[in-house]
Amino acid sequence: MTDIFKLLRGTPEDSDYKKKGVIVQGITGAYGSVHARNMMAYGTNIIAGVTPGKGGQKFEGKVPIYNTVKEAVDASGAKISIIFVPAKFFLGAAKEALEAGIKLLVAIPEHVPIRDTMEVLDLANKKGAIIIGPNTPGIMIPELIKIGIMPPMPFKAGNIAVLSKSGTLLYEIADALTNAGFGQSITIGIGGDPINGTRMIDAFDMIKDIPDLEGLVIVGEIGGDSEEILAQRIIDIGFKKPTVAYIAGRSAPKEKRMGHAGAIVMGTYGSAESKVSMFNKANIPVAKRPSQVPVLLAGKMQQSD
Amino acid sequence: MRLLEFQAKELFREYGINLLPSKASTTIEEGRKHAKELGYPFVIKIQVPVGGRGKAGGIQKCQNDDEFELKYPQVLGLTIKGEKARAILLEKMADIKKELYLSLFLNRSKRCYTIIASPEGGVEIESVKNQIIKEVGLGNVSEQVARDVAKEMKLEGRAADDFVDILQKLAKLTVEKEAELAEINPLAIMQDGSLMALDGKFVTDDNGNFRHDELQKYQEKTEIEERAEKSGFSLVELDGNIAVVGNGAGLVMSTLDMLSDNGGKPACFLDVGGGATTESVYEALTLISKMNRVKGILVNLYGGIVKTTVVAEAFLKAYDDKLINLPVFARLKGTESEKAKEMLKDSRTKIYDSVEEAINASVMGIKK
Repeated sequence: MTDIFKLLRGTPEDSDYKKKGVIVQGITGAYGSVHARNMMAYGTNIIAGVTPGKGGQKFEGKVPIYNTVKEAVDASGAKISIIFVPAKFFLGAAKEALEAGIKLLVAIPEHVPIRDTMEVLDLANKKGAIIIGPNTPGIMIPELIKIGIMPPMPFKAGNIAVLSKSGTLLYEIADALTNAGFGQSITIGIGGDPINGTRMIDAFDMIKDIPDLEGLVIVGEIGGDSEEILAQRIIDIGFKKPTVAYIAGRSAPKEKRMGHAGAIVMGTYGSAESKVSMFNKANIPVAKRPSQVPVLLAGKMQQSD
Repeated sequence: MRLLEFQAKELFREYGINLLPSKASTTIEEGRKHAKELGYPFVIKIQVPVGGRGKAGGIQKCQNDDEFELKYPQVLGLTIKGEKARAILLEKMADIKKELYLSLFLNRSKRCYTIIASPEGGVEIESVKNQIIKEVGLGNVSEQVARDVAKEMKLEGRAADDFVDILQKLAKLTVEKEAELAEINPLAIMQDGSLMALDGKFVTDDNGNFRHDELQKYQEKTEIEERAEKSGFSLVELDGNIAVVGNGAGLVMSTLDMLSDNGGKPACFLDVGGGATTESVYEALTLISKMNRVKGILVNLYGGIVKTTVVAEAFLKAYDDKLINLPVFARLKGTESEKAKEMLKDSRTKIYDSVEEAINASVMGIKK
């Protein structure tokens, strides 16, 4: 398993320890520029940008822009890139990044065709790279590095890992956790698409052995069976850290896509009942509403004391 | 998008998958013409985008004119799981020896296409026994793989050959049209050993739509849905009386759940997406104003960087323009919320500190 912390933070021997360089693809776009600025303000080391045709210019007067990812990688040595291009250009942009040697690719665009995502994943597998998303808010180690579009306000450094399919629910629940005194060691946005570069179970494998991890929060929603598979893994390996889940979409009608391309119940496949019953089996309480998450987590912690 | 049976069959026909003669109509006059062309006996099948048609009486055998005149209007008038008939398909009756199951679907957890086949079809997939499951990567199915499945199905002779042919064509169709699911259930073995697709279910990936002009004719959208799409909103209409608006699919689903838990009935799911602006919230209110069933609006916005005053302006403008005259129960997380509350003080929009409070107030307020 690739060490996600090593990628995001590095090790003390690295000259760029805790300030790993990140490339922004689509840095001059309306969306990309706003979030590049926000990431910089958060302390993320935005080392280069890519916009074809704008090579040689500078973003905010300091970040060099290149025409291709390869040039940006050659000049900066970055292993991380975040993509802000329209969905129909995602396939090209992602392949370019992987071919250029990017090892962690954060895919923000929503509405990427499934076929394109699958093609990108195929290449990522061959290259040994990690894709977060598409349709993800991103990944962050609060107060250290933010590679995504999340607002900074709800997050605080700490020892709880949060895995979430949804963006705004991640903010909502991180906010509740922070207010209750539970900071976060890492938050990973799985994304709302049917096919995820990093599935719930992959994200779990990335965080399960964090030495000072004190708890895990799983924010799922209807559609697919990634929550069920994760619950089974938690049972199988006997993961003992306090874990709480939340599932959105209990009241959604069947066979209707609820905003996210992946949020759809087909027959019983993807239903909230199926997910909740698997979490129950894994002895993981499921919150009825976001504000209940820290309460249940505190309860779990008391039990394990 | 989910195609109706007759639309799926149009694609099947185009790809050379064996089908019985059939014709789709929307009026009994058209139907009578088709009846004459097909000849009795045939089956009348309601065309709705949901399963369970047979149980609901949406599939009826027809032996003669009298039965046709009686049953056509009956079936056309049915509502199944809230869905009205989009059309009626008349399909020639078949002499079936056996019913099989065959589908190709996007396996989300394995992240590949997967074949499911069974020698015991004709029932809902959940109850299909002896499933043969084969993962096929990006969806292409070689003749060898198709043969292997046919063998596991214990098919022989013509049935085996037809099966291999149909499976490969179905796979080609799935890949080329970017489907999430292509299902033939039942796939019938006829008396002569040949195979026929008696039903068809086909669900495509909406995000691939821009590459498929040829599928646009199957798009079924109301004016409200079309406007929502144009604004980048996600909208699902529901049958309750409290419209639910928020930003982010997860957050809106969560609000819907909490509202339902408290006895409220959601009228719609409306995700205005990313950041909320005066314009986007105003457009959301415009769409809601077109839904007559709505008695109140529940708003749940989590804007880390959104100024709630910007959102408040949209409500004030909507009242000023007489766009809405409904009570709004809002939870606006973001900056300047005290100022926003002050702005809305004398309006029918009330701002609450927590979503729970806003929900309680909406349920109580609408009951009155």
